[in-house]
Amino acid sequence: MIWDIDLQRVLIHGHTRFELDVAFASDASRLVLYGPSGAGKTQTLKMMAGIARPDRGRTVVAGRTLYDSASGLSVSPQERRLAYVFQEYALFPHLTVRQNIASGLRRGWLNPSRAFTDPAVERWIEAFHLGPVAGHYPHQLSGGQRQRTALARALVIDPKALLLDEPFAALDKSLRQRLRQELIELQERLRIPLLLITHDDDDLRVLAHEVVHVRAGRVVASADTEESVLVQ
Amino acid sequence: MEGAWVALALTLKVAGWATALNLVLGVGIGFAMARARFPGRDVLDAVLTLPMVMPPTVLGYYLLVLIGSHSPLGGWLIQHLGIRLIFTWQGAVIAAAVVAFPLVFKAARAAFETVDPQLEDAARTLGMGEVAVFFRVSLPLAWHAILAGVLLSFARALGEFGATLMVAGSIPGRTQTLSIAVYESVQAGQDDAANFLVAVTSIVCIAVLLSAGRLVPGRIARRE
Repeated sequence: MIWDIDLQRVLIHGHTRFELDVAFASDASRLVLYGPSGAGKTQTLKMMAGIARPDRGRTVVAGRTLYDSASGLSVSPQERRLAYVFQEYALFPHLTVRQNIASGLRRGWLNPSRAFTDPAVERWIEAFHLGPVAGHYPHQLSGGQRQRTALARALVIDPKALLLDEPFAALDKSLRQRLRQELIELQERLRIPLLLITHDDDDLRVLAHEVVHVRAGRVVASADTEESVLVQ
Repeated sequence: MEGAWVALALTLKVAGWATALNLVLGVGIGFAMARARFPGRDVLDAVLTLPMVMPPTVLGYYLLVLIGSHSPLGGWLIQHLGIRLIFTWQGAVIAAAVVAFPLVFKAARAAFETVDPQLEDAARTLGMGEVAVFFRVSLPLAWHAILAGVLLSFARALGEFGATLMVAGSIPGRTQTLSIAVYESVQAGQDDAANFLVAVTSIVCIAVLLSAGRLVPGRIARRE
């Protein structure tokens, strides 16, 4: 199994209580978590990455057990080596594109300098055509460049899997189509398991090998793409 | 007039050390208060902000009770480390630091609260440890707003009077800072000395505020 997830968490915000209980197992190399906003998709992804704490459950990604409350195991987010692309990309605003991409490679308490170079960084800058803007800051970039920078930053650490939170939501329509295609090519070239969450039908149709439907904190159906589109 | 330069040097030394102390403590505690969730957080926040509203003489009295030679802490310091805080310039540093602390603490807490926690999470997924996340993401993004608080805290420490007088007294050349020297000159009817001291103090304060405005454009004005 590439993905073997079973996570529970109770979230309390003021007087509202939200019970998240998401379980799915899949061997799909491109899995889509699909559901309306507020269904608990982002929370699930954060728990998988270790940046949100589940109450209990199990996380197995690409053959590695990352969390298992039964045995008390919880690998730190730093050691999970999962590439995580945030919805608004969460690029470091005080660092240039090159520094952002290099930040996962530089150890210690200091950020990489503006002149920092590393073969892996240069390779990703080239692969994503970021050369002309490598010295720019995130606020100077277009939406597509931001997304590519976020992808490059996440991939440079040679991750075991790629987790994407609504990666196309912040982009306009024509750009979405092109970047979806780029993402598919990238995934096939790297042969890296990819999990993407979305509420956009098009993402589902184009990208998914398999889909997990999430509603109100629960998995309601899990099927391959053909069936789920028929169900729609 | 020579006494004025001695007082100025002492004042800068005291304010400098007090600010350095507040930089470490204010930033550290401000960060902890911005991130941690625990019962009694609001009460602790109020206590830490208290020096801003309490009369400095009252703070000075508290400090005397806390670090005076007859207190457990003060006694321990003298016995084991040979450090006397009362009537020394180090005592003046403590007094100035306590009075100016909320300015750094408040600025730091507010600044860290504006840093998107998602950026810190992103850093974690990239393999940065907690200390690296603080120094590479949280602090650089909060730094400008904190600097404004640090400079105001320095200015506040320069002008400290009440608590310093209570804790360190007014020993010329040892604990007599500018503001205390002004008071003593006026009391003694030495108008010339007072005029000179007041002029020096004013120039130093204006210089600090100007450099603060230059370092952090817009911030100081907005805060006041």
